[in-house]
Amino acid sequence: MTGIDDLAGQTLDLAAGRAAEAVVRVTRRRQGLTRFATSFVHQNVGDEHTAVEVTVVVDGRVAGASSSVVDTPGLHRLVDQALAAAAVQPVDEGWPGAAPLEHLGDADRPSYDDETAAAGPADRVEVVRRFVAEAGGLEAAGYCETLAEEVVLVTTAGQHVRSAATRAVIDGIARDGGHDGVGSIESRSLRDLDGAACGRAAADSALASARDGGPADLAPGRYEVVLSPRCVAYMLDFLTVYGFNAKMVAEGQSFASLGEVQLDERLSFSDDALDGRTTGLRFDADGTPKRRVDFVVDGRVVGLAHDRRTARLVGGGAESTGHGIGSPAMGAIPTNTFLTGSSPQPVDDLIAGVERGLWVKDFWYTRVLNPKSLVVTGLTRNGVFLIEDGAVKGPVSNLRFTQSPVAAFGPGQVLGVGDDARLAPGGLHVSSHHTPSLRLAAWNFTGGAAG
Amino acid sequence: MIDLAEKAVEAALAAGARYADARVMVRKTESMAAQNGAVEGLTQREHAGIGVRALIGSSWGFFATADLTDAAAKSAGHTAAETAKASARVPGPPLELADIPVVTDHWESACEVDPLSVPLVEKADLLLECTNVGRLAGAQLAQASYQIWDTEKWFASSEGSRISQRIRECGAATAVTAIGDGETQRRSYPGIRGQYGTRGWELVRDADYVTNAQRCGEEAVALLSAPVCPETTTDLILGSEQMALQIHESVGHATELDRILGWEAAFAGTSWLDLSQMGSLRFGSELMNITADATIPGALGSFGYDDEGTPAHSVDIVRDGIWVGVLSGRDSAALAGIPCGGMVRADGHDRLPMVRMTNIGLLPGPHTLEQMIAETGDGIMMDTNRSWSIDDRRLNFQFGCEIAWEVKDGRRGRMLRNPTYTGISPTFWGAMDMVGNADELTVWGTPNCGKGQPLQIGHTGHPAVPCRFRGVRVGVRG
Repeated sequence: MTGIDDLAGQTLDLAAGRAAEAVVRVTRRRQGLTRFATSFVHQNVGDEHTAVEVTVVVDGRVAGASSSVVDTPGLHRLVDQALAAAAVQPVDEGWPGAAPLEHLGDADRPSYDDETAAAGPADRVEVVRRFVAEAGGLEAAGYCETLAEEVVLVTTAGQHVRSAATRAVIDGIARDGGHDGVGSIESRSLRDLDGAACGRAAADSALASARDGGPADLAPGRYEVVLSPRCVAYMLDFLTVYGFNAKMVAEGQSFASLGEVQLDERLSFSDDALDGRTTGLRFDADGTPKRRVDFVVDGRVVGLAHDRRTARLVGGGAESTGHGIGSPAMGAIPTNTFLTGSSPQPVDDLIAGVERGLWVKDFWYTRVLNPKSLVVTGLTRNGVFLIEDGAVKGPVSNLRFTQSPVAAFGPGQVLGVGDDARLAPGGLHVSSHHTPSLRLAAWNFTGGAAG
Repeated sequence: MIDLAEKAVEAALAAGARYADARVMVRKTESMAAQNGAVEGLTQREHAGIGVRALIGSSWGFFATADLTDAAAKSAGHTAAETAKASARVPGPPLELADIPVVTDHWESACEVDPLSVPLVEKADLLLECTNVGRLAGAQLAQASYQIWDTEKWFASSEGSRISQRIRECGAATAVTAIGDGETQRRSYPGIRGQYGTRGWELVRDADYVTNAQRCGEEAVALLSAPVCPETTTDLILGSEQMALQIHESVGHATELDRILGWEAAFAGTSWLDLSQMGSLRFGSELMNITADATIPGALGSFGYDDEGTPAHSVDIVRDGIWVGVLSGRDSAALAGIPCGGMVRADGHDRLPMVRMTNIGLLPGPHTLEQMIAETGDGIMMDTNRSWSIDDRRLNFQFGCEIAWEVKDGRRGRMLRNPTYTGISPTFWGAMDMVGNADELTVWGTPNCGKGQPLQIGHTGHPAVPCRFRGVRVGVRG
C-alpha cells in the first residue's frame, strides 16, 4: 500500500457504512512547465498536490465532493459534505451504479517513466535551451512540460484500480519578422524530446514563410489542401467531443450515425489508450478499464464512446467503452485516438499530386458554429504555402476558414494519406491525437488577411 | 495563514531571491448542472495551498504545494528560488518591478446572501424548473447550471505587503436547444455563459431565469424554421451580451501587455498593437471609450488587490477612439516604462499570476437601442454569442450569434438563424456610429477566460451596451 492507496481505502471506509454506494478517486500529481518567449525563459513553474474525490449515493441521490485537504479531519469533512449534499438531491434516475471489479488486464504499456516523473526545472530548461540555440537566431517561444500522475480508484462495488502515467512535451515556434514556424514532440518520456530538432524544424518553416519577400495574399475560396498532422489533430477534437460521444448522439446533437459511411473509405478512426504511442491512464473516470475501440472502419461508423452513464442511457446492451471523463454534462470523450489511412505516402508525394492548392502547417483558434453539422471556423498559422503543378511555389498569408471536417473528410474527399503520423494537440485543448497528414479535395477558406 | 506566506518568502530570499511573494489560498467551489428535469451533477470542492514566486536576476521561478505546513511552505519558497536559478540558464533582458505601495490590509467583496449557505434544494429546484419550462415549446434539450466560488487568500511580499482578501463569486445559466435534421438551434439566458459577478446569491435571485427559460425554448424552436442570415455587407446592431464578447476578444486580449511584449506568442498569441503607437493610434471611432476598472462593485473582474498586491484601480484603455492604455503587471509595466496596471491574477494557489483582464468595458454613449433600430434603413441585429474565433494578433475575427433579426425601414423584422459576422478590429471599431446609453448598460461576467500554460481559467467583467456598426460583412458560412 502506498500513500494514495491508503487515502483511497480510508475514504471509502468512511463513506461505505453511510452510503449505499461510493466511488473514491485519489490523484497524486507532479507537474512542471517551462515557458519561453522572445528567446528566454520567462515562466518556470512547478506544483505538487494530492486530491481526493468522492461520489456517494444515498437512496438513489448522488453528490460528489473533492478536496486537496487530505489529512484525517479533511477526509471526514469531505465525506460528511458529500453525504449531506446527496441527502437533499433529487433521485438520480440516470445513475449507472459504481463500477464493479474489473481488472486492467495484461496489457503492459510503458505508461510511466521514472526519469520524467523526477524531472526538475533544470531538465526542462535544457530542452528549451537547445530549441532556442537551434532556432538560428530567430525569436523563439513555446513550452516544455513534464507531468507525472498516479491515480487510485476504488468503489463499494469492488473495483480497485491503479494507474500511473507520465507525459513530456516540447512545443515551440520560431519567428522571422512575424513569419512563424512550429516544431513539437509529445511523448511519455522526457528523453524523447529533441529540443534541437524542434528548434531547427520551426526555424526552417519560419524561414520558408519569409522567403521571396514573405507571404502573398490569396483570394478566399475552396482550395485543395494538404493538411499537416497538427491541422488534422485540431479537427479531431471536434469529432471526439461533438461526434463520436454517445451522449451527443443520444441527444440528436451529433452527425454520427452507426452503420453509415460518413467518412472517406481511406480513413479509420479508433481509440486505444494501451498503445504505447499515446499517453495517459489505463482506466477512465468511472474506473472502467480502457481498451481499444473502433469508431470508424474504412469510412463506416462502427462505434461510439460510452461511459457508464451513457451506456445505461441508451440501453440495448451498450457497455462503457472506458471513456468517462467525470462530467455527466459532457458525456464520454475519447482521449487516445488514432486516425489511420490506407496507402500512406510521403508528404512530398501528396504535394506532388496537387495541381493547385494549399499546404497548411497549423490551425489556430478553432470554434464550432453548429455542433450537429460540425461547421468549424478558425485560421491558419505557422505556415501556409501555395502548391502549383505539384510543387510548393511560395508562402501565402494566413486565411480564415469555415468548414465542417465531417464534410472535408467525407466519402470521396480524401485524396491521399501521409506516412508522417504523429501525436499532435487537438483544437479544443481536450487531448492529443495520433494522425497523419491528409490531402483533401476541398477546404473552404472564407477570409483573407484583410477580412 | 499569513505566517505561512511569510515563511515561504523568507525561504526564497534565503535561497538567493532578490524579490519573492507568496499566496496562501483556500477556495471552496460548488457547481450543479441539470438537464431535462434531472440534476446531472453536484460537485463541491475545497482546494487549498501555497504558491511562491521568486525573482533572481531577470529570471522567475514559481512553485506550489497543497501542503499547508511550515516545512512545506519553506520548501516551496526554496524550490521557487531554485527554479528561478534554472530559468537563468536561458536569461532575458534586465528586469525590474514597477513600484507599488507597501500595504497591510484586508478586503472583502460585497455579498448580501452567502451563495454557499443557500439550501441546495432551492438551487436544484431553480435549475430543474428552468429545464422543465424550457421544453414546453417542443425543444428537446434544456439545461441549467450554477457555479459558486468562495476564495480566501493571504499575500505576503518581500517588500513588506501583507494583504488578505475574501472574494465570493457566483452566477447561473440556462440554455435550451432545439434539434433539427441537420443542425441545432440554441438560446441562452442571460447569455451564452450565463451571468456571473462578485456578488452573493442575490445576483441569481434578481434575475428571472424561469420565465426566460421558457422564452428561450420558444425562440430555439422558432429558429429552426427561420431563414438563414443572408451573406452580405450591411449595418449591424449588436446586443450588449455580444458586445461583451466583442470587447473581451478584440480589445481586452489585444491590450494585454504580455501579449504585446511577445510573452504569449506561442500559445495565446501576440497583438497587432505596437507600444510605440500608444497614445496616437486610432483604435476605433470617437464614440469608443474603453476602461479597465477593477473597482466596479459586483463585477466579476473586481477585487481589492491583484495577486502582486497592487491596489485595484481604473485605467483608460481607449479614449475617444485613441489607444491610450494596456493591461499590465509589475514586470511588464516596468519594461514598458509605464505605471503598473494592477491586472495580474492567478487561477488558484498553484498557478503563476499573470496579466488578466479586470472589468474591460465600453463606456455608455448617447443612444438608445430603439434609436439604433429606428435609424437603420437596412440592417441586421444580432444578440447572444454562440461562437468566437480571432487570429493570433487579435485582428481578424469571426463571431457567431444565437439569434438575429432583420432591420428594415427602422423596424425590427423577422428572425434569422445562424448569424455570423466578420471583420478586422480597427476597421470594425472605426465603423461604430451609435453607442447605447447608461440605461442600456449591463455588466457582464465571463467566468471562463482561458490563458496561460498550464491553462488558467480567469474571471473577467465586461460592462457593455448595444452598438451599431456600419458596413459589416455578415452571413459567412461553411
